[in-house]
Amino acid sequence: MGYPHPSHPRETPVLSKHFGEPEARTLKGWRDRGGYVALEKALKMDPAEIQTIVKDSGLRGRGGAGFPTGVKWSFMKPDGKQHYLCCNADESEPGTFKDREIMRWTPHALVEGVALGAYAIYASVAYIYIRGEFTEPLEQVRAAVKEAYAAGVIGENALGTGKTVHVHVHQGAGAYICGEETALMNSLEGRRGNPRIKPPFPAVAGLFGQPTTINNVETLAATPHILNNGAEWYKQFGRPDNPKSVGTKLFSVCGNVARPGNYEVPLGFNFGEFLWDLCGGAGEGREIKAVIPGGSSVPFLTAEECRTAVMDYEGFVAAGSMLGSGGVIVFDDRQDMVRQIARLCRFYAHESCAQCSQCREGTAWTTKILERIAAGDGVAQDFDTLLSIADNMTGKTICVLSDSCATPVVSGLKKFRHEFEAKLKASPNVVSFAGTATAAAAPRAAGPTV
Amino acid sequence: MADVKQVTLTIEGRPVVVPEGTSILEAAKTAGILIPHYCYHPGLPVAGVCRMCLVEVEKFPKLAPACATAVGEGQVVHVHSPKALEARKGVLEFLLINHPLDCPICDQAGECELQDYTFQEGRADSRYLEPKRFNPVEDFGGDVLYVTNRCILCTRCVRFMDKVAQEPVLNVSERGDRATIGIHPEADLGGHAWSGNVIDLCPVGALVSKDFLNKARAWELDRTASVCPNCTQGCNSILETRDDTVVRMRPRANEAVNQYFLCDQGRLDYRWLERRDRAELPYVRAQTARGGTELAATDWDVALREAAALLNGRRARVLASPMLSNEALGLLARVVARTGGTGVFTVRTGDEAPLVGVPDLALRADRAANVIGAELLGFERREIGAVLDGLGADDVLVVADEELAGLAPTLPAGVRVLVVGTTVPTWAAGADVVLPITNMAEEEGTFTNLRGRVQRFLQAKAAHGLARPSWYVLGDLLAAMGDGEGYFTAADAFAALAAAQPSFAGLSYDALGLRGLPVADAERFAAEPALAGAA
Amino acid sequence: MTYGPSTPKPSPDALASHGAHHDDHGPYAPVFAAGTAPRAELDELLTRYPNKMAGLLPALWIVQRERGWVSDEAMAEVADALDLTAAYVKGVVTFYTMYHQHPVGKYFIQVCTTTPCHVCGAEGVVDAFLQHTGCGELGVTSADGRYTVIEVECLGACGFATPVMINEQFLESVTPQRVPEILAALP
Repeated sequence: MGYPHPSHPRETPVLSKHFGEPEARTLKGWRDRGGYVALEKALKMDPAEIQTIVKDSGLRGRGGAGFPTGVKWSFMKPDGKQHYLCCNADESEPGTFKDREIMRWTPHALVEGVALGAYAIYASVAYIYIRGEFTEPLEQVRAAVKEAYAAGVIGENALGTGKTVHVHVHQGAGAYICGEETALMNSLEGRRGNPRIKPPFPAVAGLFGQPTTINNVETLAATPHILNNGAEWYKQFGRPDNPKSVGTKLFSVCGNVARPGNYEVPLGFNFGEFLWDLCGGAGEGREIKAVIPGGSSVPFLTAEECRTAVMDYEGFVAAGSMLGSGGVIVFDDRQDMVRQIARLCRFYAHESCAQCSQCREGTAWTTKILERIAAGDGVAQDFDTLLSIADNMTGKTICVLSDSCATPVVSGLKKFRHEFEAKLKASPNVVSFAGTATAAAAPRAAGPTV
Repeated sequence: MADVKQVTLTIEGRPVVVPEGTSILEAAKTAGILIPHYCYHPGLPVAGVCRMCLVEVEKFPKLAPACATAVGEGQVVHVHSPKALEARKGVLEFLLINHPLDCPICDQAGECELQDYTFQEGRADSRYLEPKRFNPVEDFGGDVLYVTNRCILCTRCVRFMDKVAQEPVLNVSERGDRATIGIHPEADLGGHAWSGNVIDLCPVGALVSKDFLNKARAWELDRTASVCPNCTQGCNSILETRDDTVVRMRPRANEAVNQYFLCDQGRLDYRWLERRDRAELPYVRAQTARGGTELAATDWDVALREAAALLNGRRARVLASPMLSNEALGLLARVVARTGGTGVFTVRTGDEAPLVGVPDLALRADRAANVIGAELLGFERREIGAVLDGLGADDVLVVADEELAGLAPTLPAGVRVLVVGTTVPTWAAGADVVLPITNMAEEEGTFTNLRGRVQRFLQAKAAHGLARPSWYVLGDLLAAMGDGEGYFTAADAFAALAAAQPSFAGLSYDALGLRGLPVADAERFAAEPALAGAA
Repeated sequence: MTYGPSTPKPSPDALASHGAHHDDHGPYAPVFAAGTAPRAELDELLTRYPNKMAGLLPALWIVQRERGWVSDEAMAEVADALDLTAAYVKGVVTFYTMYHQHPVGKYFIQVCTTTPCHVCGAEGVVDAFLQHTGCGELGVTSADGRYTVIEVECLGACGFATPVMINEQFLESVTPQRVPEILAALP
C-alpha cells in the first residue's frame, strides 16, 4: 500500500499489506496475520529444498543489484563451517525508504525472513545491520527479536524444531557505503566501512572470514510468502513476456510528486501509469521534468521516457536506466537540474570511503565543478572536464560508488545539456559559447591553481 | 616448491611463466616490466586501493588492478594499451589535483614515485581550477613528520604498522577527500622501534624523516650497498653519502634477512661513521727532548716494522671489536695463533625489539655486527668488566678498534700496547704503536650475522687521513712478522680466510654477491623453532 | 566545497576541553568500569560476536549514549576493553558520521538535505532551525548549549520530506513553518 496513503486499487500488497497497522508489530499480531507459519515449515525442511524453491520462484535481490536470490543461497553448501547471514538494512540510497517501512510496521516479517534465510544457507547466526539513523525501525526490530527469542521462535531450539537460529541486530553509525555488502561486513566486524576487493566473494570468505550471504530486507521479507504459497504463485506477478523479473516490488516515491510514499506493484508494471495514476504525477500545476527511477545511482529518465518504461529489471534498462533499489525521485519543472546534480554529487563526495583514488578525489572534484557552474561561474571547458573525469571514475574502482557519482553527471549532461549551457552562457568567464569549449578564462572563484 | 603449478601468460607480448597465485604485477616484474603502482608493496598485504596498476587483460570486462589480480593460464595482459594508459593518467591526475606540487622543497623529490610516474605517464597540464585543500604538517613522533598535503592515501604506512609491526598506531581518519593518515594523541610512532620504515615505504613525500629533513637532494647522494653494523641481525642497508659524508642509512631488500626493513636504532645510528676524533696517522712512541716519551707521527713502513718488532717474542692479547669485519678478525686470529696469545671481545647490549610480522627479524640484544664472526674465528666473549683479566706484564695488548666505552681500565705496569683502530682510546694513550684503520663505511669487508650468514659491505666513502683498510693493515703487519705478503684486495683477504677457516670454506666475494650466504656450519645458528614460528 | 558539516564543530568550550590535559579537568571517568550497567551491557553484546573487535560500533554507541560524545580518552578506553589500539578506534570513529568527536548541544538536530529533500525545500527547514535555535551556523552549538544543527545526508525517509532527527526522535514532513512549534515542544 502506498503508505502513508491508502492502498491504491492497482497495487498488489504482499509485503506492504499490513503497513499502518500497529497491531501487526507484535508477535501475536503477526501470528494472527499468518506469521511464522513459513518459518516453522522451513525449519522442518532440508535447507537445499528451500534454496530450490526460492531459486524456482525467480526472486531477485531487491537491494539494487538484482542477483537471483536462490542462486546466491545455493552457493552455500553444508560444509561444516560457520556460516553467516547478513541482512542489509542499511537502506541509504537516496530516494529509497521501503525497508524502513517494512521494519517499522512489520518487524516480525523481517525476523521471520531472516531466520528462514539463515536456516536455508546453513547459518546458525544472522545479523540485521540497520543504519544508525533508523531509530524507529531499530526499536521495532529489536523489540521483535526480543519477543521472538522470548517465545522460542528463534534461538537454540527455534519453534521447537531443535534447529538453532540466532538473530542479532547491529546498529550502523552513519555511512552510506555500508550498504555495499563487503563494506557492511567490514563495518559489522568493527572496521571502517571500506568495501573489500573481490575475490574472495562473501560466499567463500565473508563475515569474520566465513561463508556469508548478504540479502536485502525486502528480499528476505518476501521469502516467507514464497514458502507459504509456492514458487509458481510468486512467478505469476510479472509480465508474461519477461520471466526474468517476477514478484511484487516496493517502489518508494519521493520528490516533487503529488502522493509520495511506498507502492507495491508487480514487476512489469507500466511506469507511466504508476507515476501519473498511482502517484498522481507532479504537484498541483506542475509538470514532471525528470525522474530517477531506481535510487540516486541510476540514470535520469525524462518525463517522455517514463511514460513507456516498464518497471522491471530489464524494462528500465531498455528505457536507459535501471531498476536499482526502486527509489523513484521525481523532479518537477521548477527544478534547476544543474543544482540538483551538484547536490547529488555532493552526497557521493561526502560518502566516499576514501580508499580508491578516483572516488576519493573524483567525487569531490566533480562536485566542486558542478557547484561552480551552478553558482554561475562555469568555464567553457567544464563540460569536457566533467565527462572526462566521469569516464575516469567509471569501472575502475573497488565498488561502484564512484560510478554512481559519475552516472547523474553523464546522464544529466546528456538529457539536460541545455540547462548546463544556459548557466555557461550567463557566466562572465565564457566569452563566446557554441556548445563546446571555445574560449575560457579562469573562474572568478578559483583559488590558486598550479 | 616443485609441486606449485606453473602458469603461462603473455604480458606486453612477452611469454611469462610464474607459479600459480602470483599477481600480474609480480609476474610482469619477472619479464622486466614495471607496472606503475603506489599502494602495492611486496612486504605488505595487498590493498588494491590506489588503482594505479590498472592493466588491460583480454576477455576481462573491466581493467584489472595488477596487484590484486592473480595470473591465469593463457592470460594476455596489456600494460601500455591506450585504455590502460588513459586510466592510469586519470589516477595520476586525481592524485595531483590537491597535491601541493612543492617538489622544490620536498625531500622526496628525485626519488618520488609520484614524480616518476607523472613524468612517465601523466598529463602535461592541470585541469584543476578549484582551490586546493590544505592541512597542516603533523609530528607523528619518532623520526617521522607527516606532510598531509602530499599524501596520496596509499595506506602503506597504516598497513605496515598494523600487519608488520602489529601495533596499529596509524589509521586512516575521516573519509572522502577529507581523509588523512591519523594518530591518536595517546600513542604515536615514537613508541615503536621499527616505525621509521614508514618513511621508506611512503612512495611520495608525505612521511619524511626529521633526521634527513632538508639535508640533501636525492640526486646528490651516492648510494652504496652495505650492511647495518648496529646489531647482529645484519640487516642489508644502503649507505647514502653526500660529499663523502654519510647522511642517511636505509634498508636494502633481502628476503632472507630483513625483507625490506631496518629498525630506527639501526637507521639513525650512523653518525659515528663521521667521527672527527679519528686516528689519522700511524704513530710510534718516541723520546721527547725533555726525556719523556710521546706518540710521534710516522710513516706506514716504520709503524708496521715497529709493530712487528713489538709482537715478535711476546704473546699478543688481542682485544677485538665485534664491529670488525671477518677479514680483519681472521687476520687478528692469525696474530694470536702466531704469538701464542689470546683473543677476546666484549659486546654492548640492549633490549631486543622484534618486528613481529617478519619471521626472525629483530633489533638484537647484541649491538654489534660481527659477534658470530668473532666467535667463529676463536675469539672469546667476555663481560666488559672482565675483558682484560689475565693480561700479563709481558704481554702485548693489541687494541683492535675497541674503546671499551664507559670503562677506563688501568693497564698493568709494563704491558706494551699496540692500537689497530679508528681511534686511540684515552686509556690506551700510552700505546707503543698506533696503526690507523678505516671504519666500515670506508672499507670493504664482510660480517657474519647471528644466523651465520656472511654478508658483504662495500666502501661508501674515502678513508680518513692516512688510515688504511683493516684487512690491508693487518695483512701488512703479518707480512712484517714474516707471515705472508699481505693482500691487495679485500677479496684476496677473504679468500685467505676461506682457505684457512672451515666455517668459511667454499665462500668467496663472487659467490656471496650482495645478498650473502651462510657459513658452512650455519645450522648451529638456526633460530629456535618457537622463535621462527612466532612470526 | 563546503559540506554541511557531518560532524559538529567544537564549540569554544569544547575546544577548551578537547585535547586538554587530564589534570586540567579532573581524571577521565571510565564508561565501562567493572560492575556498572554499561559494562554488563557491553559484555552481553560481546557474546553475540565471535571476536571482540565486532563489539566496537556497539561499544561506541554506549559511550555516546552515556557521555554525549566520544572523546579521545573514551576511544582509548574502548580500545583497551576490546584489545584494540586507540588509533585504530579513532580511525573507525572518524569514519562514521554519527559519532560526535566533540560535545554537542542538548538537542542535536539533523536535517536531511539530500536530493529528494532538497527538491522539496529542505534548505528552508535548515534555515528555519538555524534562525530559531540561535545557532546561526551549521555545526555550531547555540550560546545556551541547547542546540546544534547540522545537515545530514539522506535519512532514508525521502517520502516524508523533510525528515529531521532531534537526538533519537525522528520527525517526518517538517516544514519551515513547523520549526518554532517543534522547538517549543522540546523540554
